[in-house]
Amino acid sequence: MIKTPAWIQIERRPSPSGWTVFAISVVAILLALIVAGLFFQFYGVSALRAYGDIIKGAFGSRLGLTETVRRMIPLLVIGVGLTVAFRALFWNIGAEGQLLMGAVVASGIALFSGLPDPLLIPAMFLGAFAAGALWGIGPAILKAKLGINDVITTLMLNYVAIYVVHWLILGPWKGPTMRGFPYTDKFPTAAFLPMLGGTRIHLPTLAIGLAGALVLYFVVKKTRVGFEIRVVGENPDAAKYAGISQTKITVLAMVISGGLAGVAGVGEVAGVHHMLLNPSSIALSYGYTAIIVAWLARRNPLAVILTSFLFGVIMRGGDVIKISLGLPFQLVNVFNGLILFFLIGSEVLIRYRIRFGTVKETS
Amino acid sequence: MSWESWLISTISRTLAYGTPLLLATLGEIYAERSGVLNLGVEGMMIVGALTGFAVAGKTGNPWLGVLAAGVVSGVFSLIHAFASVTLRANQVVSGLALTMLGLGLSGVIGRAYEGRPLMNTLDEISIPLLEKIPVLGPAIFQDQSPLVYVGIIMAILLWFVLFKTRIGISIRAVGEDPATADSLGINVSRVRYLCVMVGGVLAGIAGAYLSVAYRPSWTDGMTAGMGWIVIALTIFAFWNPISGMFGAYFFAALFVLSFRLQAWLSPELLKAMPYLLAIVVLIVVSRGTLQKRMGAPSALSLPYTRGED
Repeated sequence: MIKTPAWIQIERRPSPSGWTVFAISVVAILLALIVAGLFFQFYGVSALRAYGDIIKGAFGSRLGLTETVRRMIPLLVIGVGLTVAFRALFWNIGAEGQLLMGAVVASGIALFSGLPDPLLIPAMFLGAFAAGALWGIGPAILKAKLGINDVITTLMLNYVAIYVVHWLILGPWKGPTMRGFPYTDKFPTAAFLPMLGGTRIHLPTLAIGLAGALVLYFVVKKTRVGFEIRVVGENPDAAKYAGISQTKITVLAMVISGGLAGVAGVGEVAGVHHMLLNPSSIALSYGYTAIIVAWLARRNPLAVILTSFLFGVIMRGGDVIKISLGLPFQLVNVFNGLILFFLIGSEVLIRYRIRFGTVKETS
Repeated sequence: MSWESWLISTISRTLAYGTPLLLATLGEIYAERSGVLNLGVEGMMIVGALTGFAVAGKTGNPWLGVLAAGVVSGVFSLIHAFASVTLRANQVVSGLALTMLGLGLSGVIGRAYEGRPLMNTLDEISIPLLEKIPVLGPAIFQDQSPLVYVGIIMAILLWFVLFKTRIGISIRAVGEDPATADSLGINVSRVRYLCVMVGGVLAGIAGAYLSVAYRPSWTDGMTAGMGWIVIALTIFAFWNPISGMFGAYFFAALFVLSFRLQAWLSPELLKAMPYLLAIVVLIVVSRGTLQKRMGAPSALSLPYTRGED
C-alpha cells in the first residue's frame, strides 16, 4: 500500500455500512463537481453560472425535468441489467453494441415485418431483447468455457455493431424516401412508442426500467438464482465446489444484461428518432455511461433509479450548457470522467480507513 | 490508374495510416507487458492530437508539437498509473474514465482550434537512393512523414529492449509474476508507472501525427475509435512489438482497402475486421500451451500488494 508517516495508519475497514458507502460516494461526486468547476473557471466561464444553468435547465421547468427523465431512461434500463452482470463478475463493456443490435432488430420489425399494428411494439421489444441478449451471450460463453477476457470481447463487439448499423443505413435498409441521407425510412406510426403527454418520455421503456429495478433487486437478494449469481461473482471456487454451473450463471447474467441493453435500443429508435440512423446519434455513449451508473449504485438495482437520474441530469446539463454558454456537449465526458476517477479514489476510503495517531497492529 | 501505381499508392497510404496505430500499440504493449491494462488509449491519443496541433500552431514548429504531445499525454497517463498502481483501483474502470476525460477535455478546450489551418505541418520526406528502387521505392521511401520511419525504428528498438535486455526482463517479470519480481529486488510500482507512461507518450505522439502530419487540422473526436483498434492490435500482436508493426500495417491495409474495394466488398465488413480478428486470436490462443507462450501477461490488470494473496 501507500507509505505513510507513523502517525497515520491505514487499515482495512471490516465491512462498511450502507450509510458509509453512501456518504463517501456523495463526497466523491461533490469533489468531482468542484474540480469540474475549477475547469469552468480556468476556461473563462463562471462555475456558479454554469451550475446554476444546469440546475435551472434540469429541474426549473416541466420541459427541463421531462428531458432529464428522457436522458435517464436508457441509462436506467441498461444500468439495471449491468448490476446483474457485474455481480456475476462479468465485465460487460458492450452495452453500447447490445443497445445498437436491439435498435437494429426493432427497426427491422417496425419497417419490414408486416405484423398487425397491435403486435408491432411487443414484437419489437421481444426481438430487441433477444438481439441484445445474443450479442452478450457470445462473450459470456467464451469467458465461461475458454476463460477469454470479457472486457475485450464485449468491447470489440461494440464496434462490430456500429459497422452493422452503418452497413444497413448506407446499404440494404437505406430509406428510399430519405433523399440519399443515411437513414432508414420513418417507422409506421403504429411502431411509435406511446409518450407521456406532450413530452419525449417514452413510457414502456421507462416502465420496463423501473420494473426491472424492482424485480432484479428481489431476484438478487431473495432467490436461489440471485444467490448463485453472487457466489459466482464473489467466490468462483466456492461456486464450483457447491456445484453451481458458472457457464449457466454467466450466460443468464448476460441474457439479462444484454437483453435490457437491447430494450434500451427500442426506446431510442421507436421512442425518440422513429428511424434507424447513425449509430453515434442512437447510442450517444449511453452504454458506457451506464457503467458508471451501475458502478456508482454499487451494483444495487434499486439504487440505479437514483444514479441514472443523476446522470440524466448531467446529460441534460450538457444540452443546456451547449445553448446557454456555448460549450460543446463533450463537456458531459469531462463530468463523467472526473466522477469516475473520484469514485475509484473513494473505493480506497471504503475498503480502508485512515486513523490518526499510532495504534497497534490489528491483524 | 495502372495496376502498378494502384499498388504503390495502396502501400504508401497503408504505411501512413498504420503509423499512428503502430506508435500507440507499441505503448500499450509496454503497459500491458508490465501488467497494467490501459483502456485510456483513445483518450490519450486525442489529448496528444490537440496538444500537437495547438503547440505546432503557436510555435510554428511541428516537431515541438509532437514533443509537447508526448509530454502532455505522458503526464495525462499518470492519472491511470496512480489509480491502478498506487490506489490499486479497477483498471477497466480507470481506463474508461481516462478515455472519457480525454475526449471531454479535448472537445471543450479544442473548440477554439476547430477549423483553423495549420501553417507549418510536418513535411513529408523521401529517402535518397532507396526511393529509386522500382515499385518499393515510391511505395515505401517516397513522400512519407518522418514519423513513419520513427514508428518502424521504435518497433525494432522496443522489441530489442523488451526481449534482449535486463530492463525488458524486469518489465516482463513484473507483468507475469510480480511477487517473484519483487523478491528479486525489482520495484514493481516503478516499472508499472514507467510502462504506463511509455504508453502515454507514444499514444500522444500517435495523436499528434494525426493532427500535424496525416491530416493537419483539429476536429473534435478526430481519433475516431483508433484507440480501440489499438487495444485489439495489442492482442492481435501477442504483446510483441515486431508483430505489432505487421499487425498495424495489416489493419491499416484493411482500412485503406475498405475505400478502394468499395465496388466489390462492403467497406463496413473490412472496417469491422480488426475487432473480429482480435476475438478470433483470443479464441485461438486460449488453449493450453499457446496460452503460456502467446497469451496475455499472467498478471494483466491485477493490482499488486506485497505479502497479499
